[in-house]
Amino acid sequence: MSEWVEACSEGDVETEDVIRFDHGGRTFAIYRSPDDEFFATDGFCTHEKMHLADGLVMDDIIECPKHNGRFNYKTGEAKGAPVCINLKTYPVKVEAGKVMIQLD
Amino acid sequence: MTATVGKKKRDYSLVGESTRKAIETGLASAEWYHTDVSRKEMKQLMQRSDGPAMRDTIIWFAAIIGSAAGGIYFWGSWWCVPFFFVYGVLYGSSSDSRWHEGGHGTAFRTRWMNDVIYQIASFMLMRNPTTWRWSHARHHTDTIIVGRDAEIAVMRPPDLIRLVLNFVGIIDVWYSLIALGRNALGIVSPDEKSYIPETEQHKVVTAGRIHIAIYIATLAAAFYLRSWLPLMLIGLPRMYGCWHMVMTGLLQHIGLADNVTDHRLNTRTVYMNPVSRFIYWNMNYHVEHHMFPMVPYHALPKLHEMIKHDLPVANPSIWHAYREVWPVILRQLRNEDDFLKRELPPTAKPYREEFHAVNMANAAE
Repeated sequence: MSEWVEACSEGDVETEDVIRFDHGGRTFAIYRSPDDEFFATDGFCTHEKMHLADGLVMDDIIECPKHNGRFNYKTGEAKGAPVCINLKTYPVKVEAGKVMIQLD
Repeated sequence: MTATVGKKKRDYSLVGESTRKAIETGLASAEWYHTDVSRKEMKQLMQRSDGPAMRDTIIWFAAIIGSAAGGIYFWGSWWCVPFFFVYGVLYGSSSDSRWHEGGHGTAFRTRWMNDVIYQIASFMLMRNPTTWRWSHARHHTDTIIVGRDAEIAVMRPPDLIRLVLNFVGIIDVWYSLIALGRNALGIVSPDEKSYIPETEQHKVVTAGRIHIAIYIATLAAAFYLRSWLPLMLIGLPRMYGCWHMVMTGLLQHIGLADNVTDHRLNTRTVYMNPVSRFIYWNMNYHVEHHMFPMVPYHALPKLHEMIKHDLPVANPSIWHAYREVWPVILRQLRNEDDFLKRELPPTAKPYREEFHAVNMANAAE
């Protein structure tokens, strides 16, 4: 059963950046794109257990801080070695300045 | 130094006893120590730009083409020697740092530029680009963890003959060509399979075939022309020009701790002259690179200034680093557990030693 969960406030994430959000024993990454849209993915890289929130956001790409694996954080698509498995993404909405993500 | 009576020798296979032990003890894929750097500062340091690498790559290609042209023009006279000296170092040594930064994807902001330089440099180095991309990922996950790291340059006890011969690439080139030939025949070794996902293994074979085909074509050209010149331009520079890569690359980890999870214990930063830093693309700031692999080569000096309070004092020169490590290498011939534990400044946080408290007894400071 899915639920909408408040992840952070709009102002918590800088433009073209990412923050970590932990909930229910899981970790997520919340992104703010260069055009100020919000996105959410699983928090760990699918290659190894590294927090993507420590990585670098460039346009619509998140780059893992350890091995530089790249994903499109809007679609979750893995963009090549060393990441081969896509990243799970989650629906996001912004309500009254709060960033909400829909968890399954 | 502590004796190692009855102790098993290290097993550097990636599918052996050390591998099992590293996984069991939590040394494999462990969480490593990082010096504190604020997110704001780290974001600035991580920023990508095409500018510095484009400038350096234009200089690099111009120097390669110029020195090759000089070597060809003066071929048959002694005047070709200085040109091939320069060409060899550019081909056989500086390609290593281009391979490295291209592989990390940090040299350029534009992805395809990183990929192009990575493929060219891999060929120059006789490295299968797919195999080495994955082996380097493992090197960063499990730096100098015995049984896990596929890129341990100096195993213990050190093989001094091999070490010396590698300054002219003899053993490396031999094994590299065998590996490429094996890959070209469609064979991926068990070690390679241990760190390359199955979905990527076909790329290992394709790359091996392309590399071997170019070497066969070069050999054919040499026979056809009845001249060594084609081989002086393709292939042999990996031998006669690799000395600088080996000289600088060995210092990254040689003589330091293994099986630890703190890069300050197993990695070395060495101040180098500007020419070596151009050839090496600032990889002399190696502790910094391992702690923060996302920082491009051109930002490493700045990162070094920010975190050096938490790192062992850098060796002031290549010569100093070798003088420091040489006695340790000699001691490792008798006791392979011996290593150098470099002193931290008073401003640093203490070493993270939980995995290797027993082995610390063997450290020389």
